[in-house]
Amino acid sequence: MSFWRVTAKRIGYGFLLLMSVLVLNFVLMSLAPGDIADTIAGEMGGADEQMLAEIRETYGLDQPFHVQLWRYLSRVFVLDLGFSYFYNTPVTTLILEKLPATLLLVFSAQIVAIISGVVLGVMAAKKPNGLFSLSVTLIALFGFAAPVFWTGILLIILFVSIFPLFPIGGIMDVTLAGSWWEHTLDVLHHLMLPMITLASIFVALYSRLARASMLEVLGADYIRTARAKGVPERSVMYRHALRNALAPVVTVAGLQFSAVISGAVVVETVFSWPGLGSLALHSILARDTPTIMGILFCSALVVVVFNILTDMTLRLLDPRIKSG
Amino acid sequence: MGETDKLTQSSQKTEANTAKVDHNFILSIANLVVEFKTRTDTVRVLDHVSFDISKGETLGIVGESGCGKSMTALSIMGLIPSPPGRLVSGSIKLGEKEITSLSAEQMRHIRGSEISMIFQEPMSSLNPVFTVGEQIAEAVRLHEKVSSKAAMSRAIEMLKAVDIPEPEVRAKAYPHELSGGMRQRVMIAIGLACRPRILIADEPTTALDATVQAQIFDLLGDLQRETDTAIVLITHDMGAIAELADNVAVMYAGRIVEQGPVEVILSNPQHPYTQGLIECVPHLEASPSTERKPLIEIPGVVPSLSDLGAGCAFAPRCANCFGHCLTNKPSLERGTSGHLVACHLYTEDHVNVHPTASPGTV
Amino acid sequence: MSNLDTPTPNSSPPSTTDQGEVDSTKTLSPMKEMAFMFLRNYEAMFGLILLLGIAAFTFLGPLLYPTDPFEMVWAPFTYPGEEGFLFGTDYLGRDLLAEMIAGGRVSIAIGLSAAAISVVIGVFVGALAGYYGGIVEEALMRFTEFFQVLPTLLFSMVIVALFGASLWTVTFAIGIVSWPAVARVTRSEFLRIRELEYVTAARSSSARDGYLIFRVILPNALPPIIVQANLMVGSAILFEAALSFLGLSDPNVMSWGQIIGSNRTYILDAGFAVAIPGFAIFLTVLSISLIGDGLNDALNPKLRQRG
Repeated sequence: MSFWRVTAKRIGYGFLLLMSVLVLNFVLMSLAPGDIADTIAGEMGGADEQMLAEIRETYGLDQPFHVQLWRYLSRVFVLDLGFSYFYNTPVTTLILEKLPATLLLVFSAQIVAIISGVVLGVMAAKKPNGLFSLSVTLIALFGFAAPVFWTGILLIILFVSIFPLFPIGGIMDVTLAGSWWEHTLDVLHHLMLPMITLASIFVALYSRLARASMLEVLGADYIRTARAKGVPERSVMYRHALRNALAPVVTVAGLQFSAVISGAVVVETVFSWPGLGSLALHSILARDTPTIMGILFCSALVVVVFNILTDMTLRLLDPRIKSG
Repeated sequence: MGETDKLTQSSQKTEANTAKVDHNFILSIANLVVEFKTRTDTVRVLDHVSFDISKGETLGIVGESGCGKSMTALSIMGLIPSPPGRLVSGSIKLGEKEITSLSAEQMRHIRGSEISMIFQEPMSSLNPVFTVGEQIAEAVRLHEKVSSKAAMSRAIEMLKAVDIPEPEVRAKAYPHELSGGMRQRVMIAIGLACRPRILIADEPTTALDATVQAQIFDLLGDLQRETDTAIVLITHDMGAIAELADNVAVMYAGRIVEQGPVEVILSNPQHPYTQGLIECVPHLEASPSTERKPLIEIPGVVPSLSDLGAGCAFAPRCANCFGHCLTNKPSLERGTSGHLVACHLYTEDHVNVHPTASPGTV
Repeated sequence: MSNLDTPTPNSSPPSTTDQGEVDSTKTLSPMKEMAFMFLRNYEAMFGLILLLGIAAFTFLGPLLYPTDPFEMVWAPFTYPGEEGFLFGTDYLGRDLLAEMIAGGRVSIAIGLSAAAISVVIGVFVGALAGYYGGIVEEALMRFTEFFQVLPTLLFSMVIVALFGASLWTVTFAIGIVSWPAVARVTRSEFLRIRELEYVTAARSSSARDGYLIFRVILPNALPPIIVQANLMVGSAILFEAALSFLGLSDPNVMSWGQIIGSNRTYILDAGFAVAIPGFAIFLTVLSISLIGDGLNDALNPKLRQRG
């Protein structure tokens, strides 16, 4: 099958997955005790049974389950994720406002983690019994075991009291007046600590994986062939081995996008980063169900898109993978 | 020059270490010792291995798995996994050049250009993420200053030389798109791309179908006649030896136990192990009417190299074993038939220590 | 022979090169040998001792140090070591040492039970998918994938938010979002083992599916599942900590994450109130993953061969 046909299949499949997420969303919302009517009544400061019934009728809550589900789905198709009574804003608007900050954090952390993880892993694989290899193994153990918020808090303490190099909260300095690139630099400056914190978990995972994968590939028959051809050791490492060793790392990195978003929820809270994670926490504490569900759907959408991109990368990287 | 003369000269050379070097040998190995460190002790995987090869000659190295054949090949290539492996002593001469003392970088230039090697597993010996054309062209560009375009056209030329149909198309194929036989042809193309003086083929057909095996052997024979490359053929298949080899070295437990011209070894094997290997080959000529000979096997297995005793390593499996065999290692000496054999049955004092044994019965 | 060679990430085909391999494992029984491997693995032993120490601290602690963790005993933010408080006091003036002892029990208990839930679900889904194959496998793996698309922490936050923050919902929420990893491991082991000869033999003697799945295949599939389950305990503890940190846990139950969550507003004044419970979580998860590595080495046949 051709590259694009497989990709089209993936997209169609991702679409189905997202539909299932929407159905799950809806089921969860109807299973949960209390409904929108209660929320609105709560916002209004209380209402009697008759008013509740009226509200239910207005929002179609008295309709049978499948009718409500169908309405919900068709509204999502026109990008209407409902209305947040807590923020008094459409959920779609809220999410679009916060999404860029989260994407910036998630994407930069993922890139930094992959690159440094692979570099560390390859260097460790060169001498699997050496001191460096041992320290990479240790970094991996520490990265897995340290709670991400704890790492973040330690970084904050470190950078506030000892090296005040980076800002420890927010995404930009609102008082800053300057050209667009000064603002960009300011955002990157604010990005550093949250990004390092989030990346730290995944650097551990990727370096360990890259090390194991490189060690396995270096024992492969085709590496012996390369050496027998007289390929220089550097080229054996980076041209022959690394490209084969990358596939498992990329596969796992693709699967980790959902975990990176999970991590981002915590990191955003620690560093008051104004993204979807902070929004999710606030709306959960405020019991703002439409917003919560909108965020859950949106994060699933991001994961699906990144999974498709990962899949395309993998098929470009390894000619053996035709599909599946 | 006859085969026997060659061997005489070789042994003279290694024994007397004369200053005069025989230019006919393009590869001379003398008293090669390789050891591997394991967790508990040190294991000698090659024990004083010596042989010589001339231009255009095929030397067959035979033996069961674990006897040191592949380790001999890797030693010549300078590719012993180290650690845990280590070349302890001995010399490997490529022409007049001693290569055991070369630096890693100098050795790298020899690999692929002067000595090439093809491996047992064609399925996994090619890099899955590069096209076969790229992999042949890479070998060319590593050792010759040519453009990538010229290297690719050489790759296509090589694919043609190893009888791959539609070489221009196949050059763009990935290894997984080719059959095992095709992949082994590609391996041969890589090995011969820089016209090496020596090609080491380590069980090149073990993983292939019988019909494909014959094709690969024919191909190797043809290419050798055209290019005059010397071939070291490592195999456990006596049939392949009979077909391709000029000289044979039989290895057992890291040592050469018998060595000589192929006709002599096949018709008049001296060492009980060699006799066993030859007996193992099934006889196809028997017609249904004649009584079929039962297949014979050598009893027992190759001993673990870590617990070799003081005596002959083959003694526990040998039907002709006698007391002397358990206490003394036999050295490789010229036996009664005129070629080299390491067995107490043929030493001069044999009659004294073992009056009843009759050589040739297994 | 041929079927036994089915490739898996852990097994390698028998070595065919002439490297004079040394067979050092002849006499020990597999169980003894595994125990030996594990005990000789210093990191794993270190992990085991560390974990036992933490368990002793938190389970035997109340006997030796009976202070009520919820009682305000002194001024807030007393530094560790001052006024006789080993770990100091928190923002409400509660004894941090007492809180640590009580919180550890909850963190470990939630970690164990959430991991148990995810292992039960994961093994069940993975076993059915791997055993039956075909349409059943396809459907179950799609179902698994569906769960992997939802960011786990966000998903469990949603469950806790919708159904209330009690000890049980938190445990359930963690278990229900983390089983896919177990399912994947179980499935691939089942796929491998179901082709082996002894399974074919049992099948041809018309054994029932339930017998084959639970009595024949599952015992042989256990090693990687055990390793994975061990890791699940670690990640469930981290998970609970993250939820508590975000303020989504039962406020009436003390846990390490809870201590961090309630003190995090004051990190610049009293970093120790956050650093100490964080370090405890770190040590616990570290010891669990060291044990996991040790188990992996001991249960992995390839490494065992190599010695």
